[in-house]
This record gives sequence, C-alpha cells and structure tokens, in this order.
Amino acid sequence: MSNPNWTQALRSSLSAAGVAVESDAAGDAISHWRVASEHWRTLAELALADSVRWSAGWAEQRAAGFVVHVLLEKHGVYLWAQTELGPAKPEVPSQAGVYPAANRSERHTQDMFGIQFVGHPDNRPWTRHKAWDKHQHPLRKDFPVEGRPETVTPPDMDYAFVKSHGAGTYEIPVGPVHAGIIEPGHFRFQAVGELILNLEERLGYVHKGIEKIAEGRDPPGLARLAGRVSGDTTVGHAWAACMAMERAAGVEIPPRAVLIRGILAERERVANHLGDIGAICNDVAFTFAQIQFTRLREDWLRTQAAMFGHRLMMDCVVPGGVTSDLSAEQCQAMRVGIVKLRDELADLMTTLDLNSSLEDRLYTAGFLSEDIAAAYGTVGYVGRASGQDFDVRRDAAYPPYDAVGFKVALENQGDIASRFWVRYKEIIASMKLIEQFIDRLAPGALVGDWHIPAAGSRGLGIVDGWRGEIVSFVAFEAGNRIARFYPRDPSQLNWPALEKLVLNNIVPDFPVCNKSVNGSYSGNDL
Amino acid sequence: MLKQFKKILTTGIVTERVSVPKDAELEALGIEIKRHVDRKFSGSIAIRQVDAGSCNGCELEIHALNNPYYDIERFGIHFVASPRHADVLLVTGPVSRHMQTALIRTYQATPDPKWVVAVGDCATCGGEFGVSYASCGAVANVIPVDATIPGCPPTPMALMQGLLALMTR
Repeated sequence: MSNPNWTQALRSSLSAAGVAVESDAAGDAISHWRVASEHWRTLAELALADSVRWSAGWAEQRAAGFVVHVLLEKHGVYLWAQTELGPAKPEVPSQAGVYPAANRSERHTQDMFGIQFVGHPDNRPWTRHKAWDKHQHPLRKDFPVEGRPETVTPPDMDYAFVKSHGAGTYEIPVGPVHAGIIEPGHFRFQAVGELILNLEERLGYVHKGIEKIAEGRDPPGLARLAGRVSGDTTVGHAWAACMAMERAAGVEIPPRAVLIRGILAERERVANHLGDIGAICNDVAFTFAQIQFTRLREDWLRTQAAMFGHRLMMDCVVPGGVTSDLSAEQCQAMRVGIVKLRDELADLMTTLDLNSSLEDRLYTAGFLSEDIAAAYGTVGYVGRASGQDFDVRRDAAYPPYDAVGFKVALENQGDIASRFWVRYKEIIASMKLIEQFIDRLAPGALVGDWHIPAAGSRGLGIVDGWRGEIVSFVAFEAGNRIARFYPRDPSQLNWPALEKLVLNNIVPDFPVCNKSVNGSYSGNDL
Repeated sequence: MLKQFKKILTTGIVTERVSVPKDAELEALGIEIKRHVDRKFSGSIAIRQVDAGSCNGCELEIHALNNPYYDIERFGIHFVASPRHADVLLVTGPVSRHMQTALIRTYQATPDPKWVVAVGDCATCGGEFGVSYASCGAVANVIPVDATIPGCPPTPMALMQGLLALMTR
C-alpha cells in the first residue's frame, strides 16, 4: 500500500487551517491525537478530503468531563483522535454531516451520554426507546446500572419515521418480532406496488446494556461478555476485547496461543459463511443448496465441539491467550476436514454456478455502488463485494496474520451475487490460512502472564471478524477493573448500506438482500 | 440439474438417529418425542421462536434443528411464522426492556393452551447479562414459563431433550 504517511499530510492541512494537534508519542502503531472540540468537524472535513475512512466513534466520562473519540483509517494506517468536553453542558460539532457513517454512532453516544452533537443532520434518538427517559443517560457514572425499576417498559410509539405521500404509495411495517428464527428489529418500507421506494431501519430492540454492565468487571469477565456481543462472532469480539486489554496492560501473548486464535477466527468465518450461503439460496427457494450447506456447517461445528469443547467456540479466547490446545492428532483431523470441505465445495459450487434460477435472482439484485459503499464506510464482505479493498488482516496485520500471505477476496459488481462469491472466496482463503497456522504451531504456553494495568490505561483492539473490521476500546480503572468498554461491530457500518442497496428492488427480494448482508442486531444494539 | 441429482445421490441420507453420542439414544429420544407429539398434539406441534434479546447464539443452534442431521420435522415438530399458529413459544435472551412489550403481546397473541420454553442461560436466569436498566433478565420475569433449557447456547441435542421434557411433564 502506498503513502502510509497520510496522517502527516492531514496534520499539515490541519495546521494550515489553524488547528493545533497534540499527539502522544506512546510508541503505539496507532497515532493518537488530541484536538480542541471546536475543530472536531474540521478534522473530519480535512480527513474526508484525503479519502480517509471513518471507522468508529465513542465517548467516555472522566472526572473532568467527557472525552469523545474517533478512529479513522486509510491504507491500513489508523488515526485515533479525541477531544475533551466540559462536564456542565457537553457539546461538540457533529461529524455526521461529513461522514454519514458517523450518523448512528453519534446518536448512540447522544442517547447514552447526553453529549450533544451540534449540527447533526438527524436528531432522533437511536438506541433509546422507552427503557430510560430523555434526560437520563445510562453510560454516565451516576446512572445506576439497575436504572429506574418499572413494571413494564412501554413500546416506543413516537419515533418519527419518514413518511411517504402520493398516489399509490403505502407503508409496510415489519417487526420487531420477525417471521423466522431471527433477531428482532423493525423495518419500515415505503413502496409502490412491489417496488421499494424507501426503507428505514429502527433497531435498538435488543439493547441489553453491554457497555454499562462491562464496567467494574475483571479481564476474564469482560472477555466472557465480549464473546456474547454477537453470538455468531464470539471469537472475533472476544479477540478484539482481549487485544484491547492486552495492549492496555502490556501483556505478551505466547506464539502458540496467537496461532490458535487465528485458527479459531478463521474457523468462525468459515462456519458463518457456510450457513449464510445456504440461507441466501434458501431465500430464493433453492432448497438443495440450503440443505447441502447446513450439512457442511453442522460437520464443521461438530469438529469444533470435539476440538475446542464448544460448537461455536465460546470462551476459547481469554485475556493473555486461549483456553484450549490442539494435539497433533487434532491438527491432522482438522487438515483432513479441510481437504474434505474443499472437495465438497468444488463439487457444489459448480452445481450452483450452473443454476439458472440462482443466476436470475442473485445477479443485479441488491446493488450497492462503490461510491455508496465508500461513503458509508462499509466493511467486510459487504464492502469487499463493492470494491472496498480493505482487510485488517492484510492491511493492518496483527499476529498471526503478519507472518502469512493470503489473498483478500474482492468483487466490484456490488450485487447479491458478488457478496455470495466474496463469501465463497473467503472460505477458500480461510482454509488455506488454517493450514498455514497449523504448519507453524510450535510447542509452548497457551496463556501469557497478566500484568495489572495502571488506572487510566487504555487500549484499542482491531481485528477482522468474519463480518469485517471489529474495533474494541477498553479503559481500566484501579484494581484491574474495567472503566469503559466499547465494541464496534462491523454491522454498525453495514446496516445503513442495507437501506441503500434495497432501493428499487421489489419487496419480495428484501429477505435475500438482507441475508446477503446479514447484519448483527445484538452487535449493533449493544 | 444432473449434477444436482448426482450430488443428492452421493450425499445419501445423513439424518441421524437421535443420540448423544450413541445412535440408539438419539433414535430413542426422537421416537419418544414423536410418541408424545402424536398423543398430546395430534401428531404435530407448532413452535414460534421469539428472540427477546439474545446474542443470536441460541438462534444459531435452534436453526441447526432443521439441518438434515436432526431434521426435527420428522418428529412432528415444526417452526411457524406467527404466534397465532403456535402451540409453543421458544423464547431466547435475557428479555431486553425494549422487547418487553413485544414479548408480552406475542404471548397474548398465542392461542391457549400454550407452553412457553425459555431457551439458553440468559432466558433461564439472565445469564451473562442479568437484570439491569436495559434487561429484565429471565423470561419468567416477564411471562409465565413452563420449561427451561439451559446452556450457552444449548446444543441441538439439548434442545431436543428439553422439548421432550416439556412433553413428558
């Protein structure tokens, strides 16, 4: 990748605009800046002018007031900037008018902290429904974790959905309880005939206070919680949270543990893609493929149960390392499983590729242009199917990915078929990665020594989960306890893309459009 | 099309006779379930699954019940799209406060007689999330529960055993 020094160029343009930047020379790979709050929007404008991607935004409360953070990325180089706000009336210029990706994140921060984002294009609440009221902010330190006990939380009837007017347009409300075995959320369609004119997502139904109940936990307790941010990404989130804690505490991970983490993460990617490819086929009534892929997924999960003691590999990643080892026989069995899966896929994919009903339904449907994908900062297979050539594993490589080569799947068509093929190519790449990690396994410890971090220690964990880039922020207080935890699931960036890619599709194609993206509700709602 | 038939033929039938880990056990479990479904539910039982705040782990395993290994429909158990068609509500998650009313309404929309099964540690006791400003904890804190299936998440086999336990009550 060219020009890794974009942060220097940004710094020059900021200084030309009269914005002072203080930076920590903390020896971290990630640059860490502080700017005054009045320049918060300018920072975003100048970064966007240099095609820098908006990755994550969050806030925390400290004794002296609030700190608002943003994480920006280009060419795999990250910039972590923050600004401090006074405690009395915290407000900061919004970045959402510059970066649409920041929209929901800022609304979440506003709901949770009561920090006002001045000039935000959409001031409706996002995470807040009725479990707490407007003037209360759950992530403030004086808000009790138990909240105000209520008998029954009323439904949120006041949300101001976009309305459509005009002859023949009508609304379709869907959810929160859906018809399938799926997480809850609400979709509001405006349609003419079968054509979707507009879709609005209303999420937040599975908000269960993850950020708040993380406070006060010890590192193993946080790893367990992080592993349940989104059940299908248990390895990804646990790894990101552990990486953040390990960086804050300066803990070294034994080489064997790092390789096993890589194996766990790639197995998780394969398991989910197998399930989703089957589900995409099912949504266009191609049952043959669904049955075949659920069979392959079940085989894969059974191997995981046998090797790691859990079908989904929950609680296998712990602070400092991993819980389960792999014997030579298990490694051999895993290799055999991969050879078998490769054969099966070769067989199945030829069959699917030749199938005209799949072709009819998947090509050109659910189109997401490269421009919109870039504007919304979409990541993972959703971004990679729309030409967003970014993968944390390659571009900001962390162990064990820094020592192996692999090809990042990329497509430019942006339709459901592209997302389908990116997923397939990712399975193939993951299997190769697992083989390489097994090759490199040398005897050694599984967990490194834990050092209790000083109060105020902070760390960022950034990994490529199966849905894409996961960002995890952890701050410690005294006594090895968590002061703040913020996990940014890739879904938080990909959900808005779904609103765009369904436009001009027909309502009956919504399920397959949705499945091709498969955002996490739990990971979004927190 | 020919390739498709060839793949179907060479895959064969993988559906398992119910067992953990021995075939005889799984088979016995399935037959036992079927016997109760036949007797108490005229051969068929309809389940509406409701995620009331789960992390999605339980949903993944409930999905697995429909894969060809377990193929739970052969025992007379099928998943339906509406609570109005259901005999049983399979509820997961610590009930988030934002889903509380939706869960109560789903329960009210389910015709009597009905059974509620709380699936997973969160639904059983609050699990990792417990009770907070955002979470009501166990399903029993919100609607009456007839049976619980612990696990994080429960495996497909544990789910089948839990359903059998409900039927033999």
